[in-house]
Amino acid sequence: MDLDIFDFYDKMEKNNIMLSFKGDITSELLTSILQIMESKMDTMEESPKIKKKVYNILVECLQNLYHHIDENPIASANGEKDKTAIFMIVKEGDKYSIITGNYMYNDSVSLMKGRLEKINAMSKDELKEYYKEVLNNGEMSEKGGGGLGMIDIARKSGKPLEFQFHPVDSKHSFFSLNINIAQ
Amino acid sequence: MEHLNIEGTPKTPTIKFDVVKGELLIRGRSIPENSIEFYKPLVDMLEAYTSKPLSNTKVDVQLEYFNTSSSKCILDIFKRLEVLNSNGSNVIINWHYEEDDEDMLEAGEDYQAIISVPFKMIQINEE
Repeated sequence: MDLDIFDFYDKMEKNNIMLSFKGDITSELLTSILQIMESKMDTMEESPKIKKKVYNILVECLQNLYHHIDENPIASANGEKDKTAIFMIVKEGDKYSIITGNYMYNDSVSLMKGRLEKINAMSKDELKEYYKEVLNNGEMSEKGGGGLGMIDIARKSGKPLEFQFHPVDSKHSFFSLNINIAQ
Repeated sequence: MEHLNIEGTPKTPTIKFDVVKGELLIRGRSIPENSIEFYKPLVDMLEAYTSKPLSNTKVDVQLEYFNTSSSKCILDIFKRLEVLNSNGSNVIINWHYEEDDEDMLEAGEDYQAIISVPFKMIQINEE
């Protein structure tokens, strides 16, 4: 194994990573992560306003992962069905960021990129109108989502969504999303 | 018709629908991964209630958090209340939000703009 755990620790420390996880995203995991973050923020005596914002955005980010991960090419090459992702919660000074990463089929990249660019080009008021429009469009996915997650994240974070698509192979890309939360 | 009584969990709200008083309460957190499944009993019950409603129906929504998956279900419930309101029951929706929780106030205003049912914003003052 060529992994140096101290180096890993040191990088996490220097980058102010409060919490990170890589693996299967299950409903039970989300419940635990949310509980951990909530009690961490309580211990840190964050204001109710910040706590709510971070919690809300975290719920949307994690549930996006839960519902939308495409399979991991390494695992599927081994014949496994695995839907893993990575996420980190960073606190630098008093600013929170939530970073997520997951595999995505190349076919979905341009649609996703278009949606994110559309959201980023909108003002606060335009986002509000867009949210209401999508809320009321009568379309519901099987589980009740329906395209509101990213709009809500952008609205609540108050900052543009930073994203990247890292090409992996002919079928897959790795999608990373960095959400900075305005104070 | 039986009352509806769903206990809250860390991811789902308490729901109480008292059909004798015509009072519906939704309180707590609504962040399930599958909201449609969670809200189905309430949707079914509203449907039954609408066929034989009381003359007044009071709805209190006091959510601490809700996810976007719940937000479409909540709109669906409000739309059913809109039907109820035009079917002979005077409906009032009280939307409770905590002081400082601008996002929750704004979420209430978004619904208020879409739904034509008397909608009241109620601020909860922290002790």
